[in-house]
Parts: sequence; structure tokens; C-alpha cells
Amino acid sequence: MQTEEMRLDGNAAGGMLREVFALEVTAALARCAGCGSVAPMGTLLEYGHGMGVVLRCPTCDTAVVRMTHTPGWVRLDASGIAFLMIPETPTPAAQV
Amino acid sequence: MTDLRAVGAPPRLEWLVSTVAKVHNETRRARTLVLDVPLWPGHRAGQHVDVRLVAEDGYQAQRSYSIASPPESPSLELTVERLDDGEVSPYLCDVLRVGDGLEIRGPIGGYFVWDVAQGGPLFLVAGGSGIVPLMAMMRHYAAAPNELRADVPVRLLYSARTLDDVIYRDELEMGSRVDARVSLALTRDAPAGWGGYRRRIDRAMLEEVGWPPNESPRVFVCGPTPLVESVANLLVEIGHVPSRIRTERFGPTG
Amino acid sequence: MADTPFIARGFHSRRAPATPGRLPPGQYETRDFPVLSAGPTPRTPLAKWDFTIKGVDDRSVRWSWDELRAFPHETPNVDIHCVTKWSKFDTSWEGISVDTLLNAALAAGVQDAPYVMAFSDGGYTTNLPLADVTGGKAWIAFGYDSAPLPPEHGGPARLLVPHLYFWKSAKWVRGLQLLREDRPGFWEQLGYHDRGDPWREQRYQGDP
Repeated sequence: MQTEEMRLDGNAAGGMLREVFALEVTAALARCAGCGSVAPMGTLLEYGHGMGVVLRCPTCDTAVVRMTHTPGWVRLDASGIAFLMIPETPTPAAQV
Repeated sequence: MTDLRAVGAPPRLEWLVSTVAKVHNETRRARTLVLDVPLWPGHRAGQHVDVRLVAEDGYQAQRSYSIASPPESPSLELTVERLDDGEVSPYLCDVLRVGDGLEIRGPIGGYFVWDVAQGGPLFLVAGGSGIVPLMAMMRHYAAAPNELRADVPVRLLYSARTLDDVIYRDELEMGSRVDARVSLALTRDAPAGWGGYRRRIDRAMLEEVGWPPNESPRVFVCGPTPLVESVANLLVEIGHVPSRIRTERFGPTG
Repeated sequence: MADTPFIARGFHSRRAPATPGRLPPGQYETRDFPVLSAGPTPRTPLAKWDFTIKGVDDRSVRWSWDELRAFPHETPNVDIHCVTKWSKFDTSWEGISVDTLLNAALAAGVQDAPYVMAFSDGGYTTNLPLADVTGGKAWIAFGYDSAPLPPEHGGPARLLVPHLYFWKSAKWVRGLQLLREDRPGFWEQLGYHDRGDPWREQRYQGDP
């Protein structure tokens, strides 16, 4: 099986992201620090991996978010996000 | 149902032990679990839950399953497809029984969701068990007040291997209940006299079944990763705006 | 989370019984070869592929695919252990000993150092003590099971360091950077161990 067949959407990482973020962030808009493109977190490509979760930019494949669980710790490297805009309500006016 | 936000509880996502109230088989390989969840905060059509199984020796397995029931439903329903070499789906389909507890957390997801107030037209494209979150959307639509539904026509294109693999077949055939124009594409075997499609979803099919891009439909695509990526690419080729297309890939882990 | 998990009635892991003495602690044996990947499978054409050893002073040596393959081959048969707890016995590989490549690099003037960072197509990195990739313990592998290493398992070439957890055996490897001081790689930055000895269960930072 090719790794492309195993990728999911950022959506699938929603549960893990809620361990860190107080707000639901799959609908949040993230600007990729690699290429500058802006996309909802739910459209990032998730490479599910037993060691942790990696969310990549669908445009340039930059690892936008990396997250792991180790005993006693949740670790999040979001250095691939240059900017994040999170809706306060489930269906904000600005949503397409 | 209790709205946790209304009573001031923090929105932190905790693991909850639900109780299996009912089970029923949808197909040979898919089963619906009806769960009673204490303090379920409610959900939106298209969201999912995480399910965690813990063995006595501490071994854990965790998967995500889409919610099949609409927000209007008092119980939470998941439909699970059994993948024979998986370890969670065979448990949920074959071992779990009424009265058992099942640990879940949710609802999860704010992107692959649809509310009738967002409007349409709505074009849903499903492959295999990818029908599950789209069924929640159709059930939500069917339960909505007429004034909201009036300008929101719904079409579904659903690809399955055989007619026996079509999940929610009875409900889909009774178009009056789901109130959507349903097109089926069978990829493996079709019964004699089959009037629907008998091939994989392709560009011509998407153009025949869906709305043209100038009607700006909202499109939701859910199924196995290769199907979702192929359909999304074809929709963009046809001229649909990428931001109107929302996808949910279902992975191969069972 | 600190909550007490609910035990699922009748749920058991599907792990095969352990072979005594051969499984490191916490591992189970699998006959499959699971594919784990933190990104898409890179596809660098062999004509553009090269392998680099970079010294601490920025002096480096680089070999093309054909030049690399011209070094003497070895065929290690080893057990491998993934930190996600599967182990696979008797895997057979074909590759070039890292000793061979390092010696060639040192002879070309590349400066020695106590740590290495392996780097791969797609941006993956993993750090190792130099002592763990020398002394006949590590290879640049391009063959698996008498065939070219498939892309999903790291082909055209991956680092093979079987005595450490398998995330150290970087897929799609393109080179080794020698380092004076240890520096965490892709997973090590996120809490995984800098060395990763399965027999000492060095899974996470802070494990002995």
C-alpha cells in the first residue's frame, strides 16, 4: 500500500486537536508557514502514524502540525502554522 | 439531551461511557450501533466520534466513526463497516452487544458538517461506508421545517460494490423519506435488469447526476481515500470551486 | 488523559504469543510489514538521486546512485522493532555498510564527529550517536527480500539500524550530517528518545 492511500483529512485529527485547543479548530483557517497558502485545518492531509499525527499542507506538503502523546505529555509542534483564524461559533457568517 | 454549554460546563472533550441500546445489521458487513450517551452535548450532521477500546491487559485501540443519526435524533447512531483484518471494526460488528458499555468522545469536527440553514443545492457523493455522515445530512434535511428545505434540493451519488453492499438501502429507496434524488453506481455485480450505473464514479457520471458549477452546489464527498481524491479532482476539472467541495477520507484501518 | 479507561468486555489485542528471549520488552511479533509514514512517498528519479555525507566543517562527499551501488554490498538478516510495538523477525536486506561510506568520506577529508543526523526526501530527520551507525551495525539498504526496496518501505534507499527502534532507520534517506552535539530529529523533537534502544525500552525522552 502506498502512503498516499493512507492519508486522511485534518478532520480525522479533530479529537486529538481538541486535547490541546479549547475551540473546535478543524473549521479554522490556517496559513501554511511553508508556502503561505490558507486552508481550513480540516483540509490538511493527515498522515496517521502510530508515533503521532502529522498534518501536512495540501499545496506544498509542509508538516503544518505534528502532535504526539508520550507518558504524561501531549506535545504539539505547530511551527508550520504562520497564522490561525478560529471561528467562535459553529457556523460563522464568513464561512463559505 | 443536556446542552453542556448551557449549564456552564467547560467544552473539554472527555471520554464518555455510552451504553449500547440497540444494534442492527445494515448489510453483511455493516452494522448500526444505537448508543445511549449520558450528557451527550448534541452534534451536527457530518461530525464523528472517537471510539476507544481498552483490553484488560491495558492494550488500547482507537478509531474514528462517523455519526449516522441526525442532530434531531434523541440517540446517537454509528454505522460501522467490518474490515476482516481490522481489530476494532470486527469487535464492534461481532462482539459488542446490547447492554455493553462503549467508550466514546465527541462530537468532533467543524469542517465536514452541513446544516440546512447553510442552504444548497446539496450534492453528496459517497463510496462504500462513506455514506454514513452523508446519511446524517440527508436525515437532518428530511427533519427540517419546510420553509428551510424549500430552496435546498439534494442529490446523492452512491457507489457500492453490489446492491447487497448498499447501506441504508430501504431508506434510500423510499425517496419520500430522505427526499433526495438518489443515484446508485454498482462497481462489481448488478442484478439482472439493473437500471442504475454499473461502473466506478467518473466525470460523465458526476456531470449527469450533479448540478452544473454555475448553480454553485455545496458538495460533500466521503469514502475511501482513492475515491475521494479522484472525485474531488474530477469535480474541479468540471469547474466546481474547490472551496465548495468538502471531503472526508475514510482510511483503511479497521 | 488522567481518567481511568473503561475495559471493553471481550476485547483482546490480536498479538501473537511472544517468542521467548527474542522480543524486546513490550513488543509483539508480526508477520506483516506494516507501512508507517509521516508523509507522502517521495519519488526522486534515480538519475537525480544522490547520497551525501556532510562533515561538521561543511565539507561533504556525494555519490550518485550508480557510484553508491558500486561499493561492496552486504546482505544482513536481522530482526526489526518498531516503537509502535511490532517486531518482525528475520528480515533480509541488501545494502552497503555505513562503515564503508564513512571511511570513504573520512578519507576524502570529511571531519569526524560523535553524532549524526540522517536526512531524507520529504524532510524527515532522525538523530543517532555515531557509535550506533558504525562497527557493522548499520547499512544504507536498497534491497529487501531479494528485490529492490519498495517505495512504501523507503526505497530507493533507507537507513537500516536494526538494533534501535525502527524510526531511526530513516526511509528515503539522502544523507548523513555529522554533528558535534546531538540535536533532535523529526520525532525526537516531539518526545521520542535520542537513542531508542528497544532492549532498554528507550521509547520517549526521559526513558533510561
